[in-house]
Amino acid sequence: MAVTAKTLNETEFFYGHKACAGCGGSLAVRIALKVLGENAIAVLPAGCMSAVGFNFPQLCFGNNAIISTFAGTASMLTGVQAGLKAQGITDFQAVGFAGDGGTADIGIQALSGAIDRNDDILYICYDNEAYMNTGIQKSSLTPFGAKTTTTPAGKNIHGNIRPKKNMFEIVAAHGIPYAATASVGYLNDFMKKVEKAKSIKGTKYIHILAPCPTGWGIKTDETVEIAKEVVDCGLWYLAEYENGNFTLNHKPNEFSDIEKYLKKQARFKHLTDGDIEIIRKSRDEKWEYINKNFK
Amino acid sequence: MAKQFLSGDEAFAYGIRLARPHVISAYPITPQTIVVEKLSEFVEDGSLKSEFIHVESEHSALSCAIGASSVGARAFTATSSQGLLYMAECLPYAAGGRFPIVMMNANRSTALPWNIYGDQRDSLSQLDSGWIQAYAENAQEALDLALLGYYIAENKAVSTPFMANLDGFVLTHTYEVVDVPSQEQADEFLPLFETENKMSLEKPKNLAFSAGPDTNSIFKYKEHIGILNAKSVIAEAEGKFEAIFGRKYTGLTENYQTEDADYILITLGSISGLVREIVDKLRKNGEKVGLLKIRYMRPFPNEEIAQAVKNAKAVAVLEKDISFGNEGAVYTNVNSALQKAEINIPSSNYIGGLGGKNISPQEIEDIFAEIKSGISDIKFLGIGGV
Repeated sequence: MAVTAKTLNETEFFYGHKACAGCGGSLAVRIALKVLGENAIAVLPAGCMSAVGFNFPQLCFGNNAIISTFAGTASMLTGVQAGLKAQGITDFQAVGFAGDGGTADIGIQALSGAIDRNDDILYICYDNEAYMNTGIQKSSLTPFGAKTTTTPAGKNIHGNIRPKKNMFEIVAAHGIPYAATASVGYLNDFMKKVEKAKSIKGTKYIHILAPCPTGWGIKTDETVEIAKEVVDCGLWYLAEYENGNFTLNHKPNEFSDIEKYLKKQARFKHLTDGDIEIIRKSRDEKWEYINKNFK
Repeated sequence: MAKQFLSGDEAFAYGIRLARPHVISAYPITPQTIVVEKLSEFVEDGSLKSEFIHVESEHSALSCAIGASSVGARAFTATSSQGLLYMAECLPYAAGGRFPIVMMNANRSTALPWNIYGDQRDSLSQLDSGWIQAYAENAQEALDLALLGYYIAENKAVSTPFMANLDGFVLTHTYEVVDVPSQEQADEFLPLFETENKMSLEKPKNLAFSAGPDTNSIFKYKEHIGILNAKSVIAEAEGKFEAIFGRKYTGLTENYQTEDADYILITLGSISGLVREIVDKLRKNGEKVGLLKIRYMRPFPNEEIAQAVKNAKAVAVLEKDISFGNEGAVYTNVNSALQKAEINIPSSNYIGGLGGKNISPQEIEDIFAEIKSGISDIKFLGIGGV
């Protein structure tokens, strides 16, 4: 039976932590662990979720959890999985929760290695689009135009000059058994994907967009709303990759206003009409590709 | 027990097979490759039931081993040189987490300039990483260290990872007759790995956490005590080892003709064999010389060194290492041991064998001749003083 908000496990596995109010990443971790249950063994690299959840003696995971090195989420997951398997233990799910920097930058090599070996692990990237834990520096998943502390918006350069790295399709190109995108704005979709991933053997990857009020410059009660809007305006999408095929799970009939989405956030306040036009054009090109290649 | 003609790398692989690790994470680097090749053959032929993980880097090799150890599995990896440096982040991580992983390191020079041959700059640069560091002299000792390593590392009072070092090529690729113990003997010697320091489904835990200024020192202190506890556990392990296998080891150091020696050369690793020969030769000429072989750089044999050299007139440290801007790291450690024991004798440092450069018998003889002058000196063998 598909898990829904009604059937979701009432036990909390990630609580009492020090995440900022409105943290999208902690919501993703909390919900995923409720779906996976008490036999989830979580590996979290250096980053927001480990920084807020593992401060001895206040340890915030009710299930097994361990911090890995920044680059080592996937390789530690591999070790956890292999170590238990070698001892004849099979009733568990090794799950990684790494941020955008820990996934698309410093952790991509280990992730690629794990997918290549088809290790039986679930890797969840909570993407808040910059190095938030260290104070909002650009990562390769920071979108075009975003102001961060290392891509300041000035007269000469308007924030980040490069588009967001396409992790979903990079992961899919490995021929991974299952990959999906998600958003904390569409939690039912995310829960279903975590549940599905749990049932699949081999490497699974879920990339969930998880807004960060502190880094994005939004109100703390706007996280879920903005995470919906980013999907509705077409700058993010909900999709799956399985058996060599891409599937689109949610197709907006009409895109909501891209400018409205952007201008709500302090990180995009400086964008000119020209900048927004570049973003709109890139969105349209992406959707042309999606419509052509995704089922 | 069966005699086989094995290289150091192969001997170590045989030792690891006898230790039956649950997980082996392997990434190739010269001159370590033979170990992981041999282990993959053992897994293929069914004589070793380990999860063999083809990791994509040395960083992942040790990270994977830490993951395995964190769920109570016995884990092994091996590396060398650039690989050891690439995984360097994971070394104090494994030690701080108290994960008793055993790793073989094939001692090799570090770039630049590139060089694949043996020296000990790689492992000695990691002395402060919190690992036990042992240095083998021959292939037999290499095999034995694989078993001793797990015994010592996994002892609850120690709970510290163990690095067994083999001189690149001189040991890793050189064949000797090696006694390979039977599996029954190995099982009698090495207990199963049991630990409370693990994540288990019955008792969930949060591991590898943060500890702020208030508690951090306590963890570091306990880590230090753990590696110091290895001293007595090494003695215990070697006693049991001798009882079962009939081979005797002598703890953190091995003394050769030091009792009445006026001049003692202190060194480590495979060069000790040559020094022993020179000691024999000079002894025949009536010269009171001796060899002190350091078997463990961590925990460091402060008392053992002081005890062995307290009546000597001068000592020299011969090492395949230089800590640029100062002196050899072994020399620094030895001098600290002497100072703490209030032994005030001339002490010289000879830096040799870098990048695999041969150390000749004549050079060893010259060292013994030079230190008689009573002057402390730091020299690069074959080049000169600094």
